[in-house]
Amino acid sequence: MLILGIETATERVSVAIGGHEGVLGMFEVTRGRRHAETLTPAIDFVCRQSDVTLDEISVVAVDIGPGLFTGMRVGLASAKAIAQALRVPMIAISSLDLLAYPLRRTDKVIAAVIDARKGEIFYALYRQVPGGIQRVSEPTTGRVDDLVADLLARGQEAVCVGDGAMRYHEEIATLHRVEIAEQYFAYPSSAQLVLLAHAKALREEWVNPWAIEALYLRKPDAEINWPTRTDGTRS
Amino acid sequence: MSGGKHLRPIDASTVVLAIETSCDETAASLVMGGVDVLSSVVSSQIDLHAQYGGVVPEIAGRAHLDLLNPVVARAIVESGVHETRIDAVAATHGPGLIGALLVGVSAAKSWALTWDVPYIGVNHLEAHLYAGLLEKPELELPLVVLLVSGGHTMLIEMRDHGQYRLLGRTIDDAAGEAFDKVARFLGLGYPGGPAVEAIAREGDANAVDFPRAMRNDGLDFSFSGLKTSVINFVRKNPSVRNADVAASFQIAVVDVLVHKARVAAEQVGAKGVVLGGGVAANSLLRQRFAAMCAEDGRDCLVPSPAMCTDNAAMIGAAAWHRLRSDGPTTLDTGAFPNLRLPLMEGSW
Ligand SMILES: [Zn+2]
Repeated sequence: MLILGIETATERVSVAIGGHEGVLGMFEVTRGRRHAETLTPAIDFVCRQSDVTLDEISVVAVDIGPGLFTGMRVGLASAKAIAQALRVPMIAISSLDLLAYPLRRTDKVIAAVIDARKGEIFYALYRQVPGGIQRVSEPTTGRVDDLVADLLARGQEAVCVGDGAMRYHEEIATLHRVEIAEQYFAYPSSAQLVLLAHAKALREEWVNPWAIEALYLRKPDAEINWPTRTDGTRS
Repeated sequence: MSGGKHLRPIDASTVVLAIETSCDETAASLVMGGVDVLSSVVSSQIDLHAQYGGVVPEIAGRAHLDLLNPVVARAIVESGVHETRIDAVAATHGPGLIGALLVGVSAAKSWALTWDVPYIGVNHLEAHLYAGLLEKPELELPLVVLLVSGGHTMLIEMRDHGQYRLLGRTIDDAAGEAFDKVARFLGLGYPGGPAVEAIAREGDANAVDFPRAMRNDGLDFSFSGLKTSVINFVRKNPSVRNADVAASFQIAVVDVLVHKARVAAEQVGAKGVVLGGGVAANSLLRQRFAAMCAEDGRDCLVPSPAMCTDNAAMIGAAAWHRLRSDGPTTLDTGAFPNLRLPLMEGSW
């Protein structure tokens, strides 16, 4: 079973191929915000360098967010198109799960925190369980003060991970017994995506490409964009 | 990478899967040889945006992502050809809303990569020029195209495939935008075009003599002043019926559009005149435009309303010509929200 993992929910564009043998090939770039330009060539590159053709892929895994809306949709649109063309199932995983998963060996509370811009963060809390991690709070949108209050109330040792934790490190540093994971873990990676998807694939937790739902965690701004409208007006 | 091993000669049997997601229509179509529409599926998001009185970019992006896969699947099934017959995949890559464009572009490039066929990024404005030719491919060039929509009001000379000259354009609001804003002011709902047209049928077009801005002043347009005149008039004359105001506004827009299309056609010696864009679905504009062509003895093409509004068949037609002239678009190409028509030297 070969899995193609597509990750574009944050600043990072990341593509990996893997399966029973772990990650076979990966491409990753975390600068430039050129998701749409980078992603398709990256998929082609990883396939070629791993000596895999796309029609050997049997599962397409994708990060469904939360994250940067436009970036997320580049990955989701691409992943859904490939899965539909190949007639293979998909596996949907949240960016917050992907951030927490590499820290699964810690016995502290794990707070996965993504920068939601506009002074807000997307976050969820996790803890270690035998064989992995378990989410202990639902993904939510809030301010860093909300997260700080939440961690304070729990009174447990905790580790915060993600670009939201990096951005608000000063506020988080006011808490005792709470640390911030190193920069290396700040963005979700397609390597983790493929590994987590492999476990889900063994449990057959498939999703049909048409049924994939993005996890936005925020209502769209109902701002009308008059000047940049093209010409959808039917008149 | 692009233009994989299956790049066949581009001819009358070449099948393009085309995708359109630049604004608020999610559309897919299979077009053979640049003229033969095998299927054309359009899923409108109009109900999602109506409550806001305009297109909300983030709502459009979300809806495109949810709608695109079933729309493409339906276009393939309805075409009657197997997907292995698809020789290229095209998508609108500009102009439009960036978040909306990127859904179609990303998906199209991924379909092209998976099937190992060329990808073609298409200019939405150029595609509107081809919408007319799809229904009447025998039209002789040069043509003058009046492109009127919610985002554009342009007079374009099409000398040959890919050879365009801008003759005139709006200096402020697009015609469709004027319809939307007037409809909103009169409380007629969204989208404004059909709403104004419907109520104008009950009204007297001679009730108010709204200004015909820049009518005899070159080939550029201006609609912002007209919108302001409507608003000022209604404030001063609240007793005048909406139907009369709408009818008088509509005739003022149509009169200027048709007059300038006629002058443009005379200036360049066009063999034919073509109407395009969403506003071209307006019945009064269609009638007056056709009557003008008949009087002047020019070939006239007023495409079906479905071909005037955004659709993917026109993307497939433009893509076929672009593939033939320029070859595939590389897969590291993104979207261009402010893309313009590729104009020849000597345009102004
Ligand atoms: Zn259009």
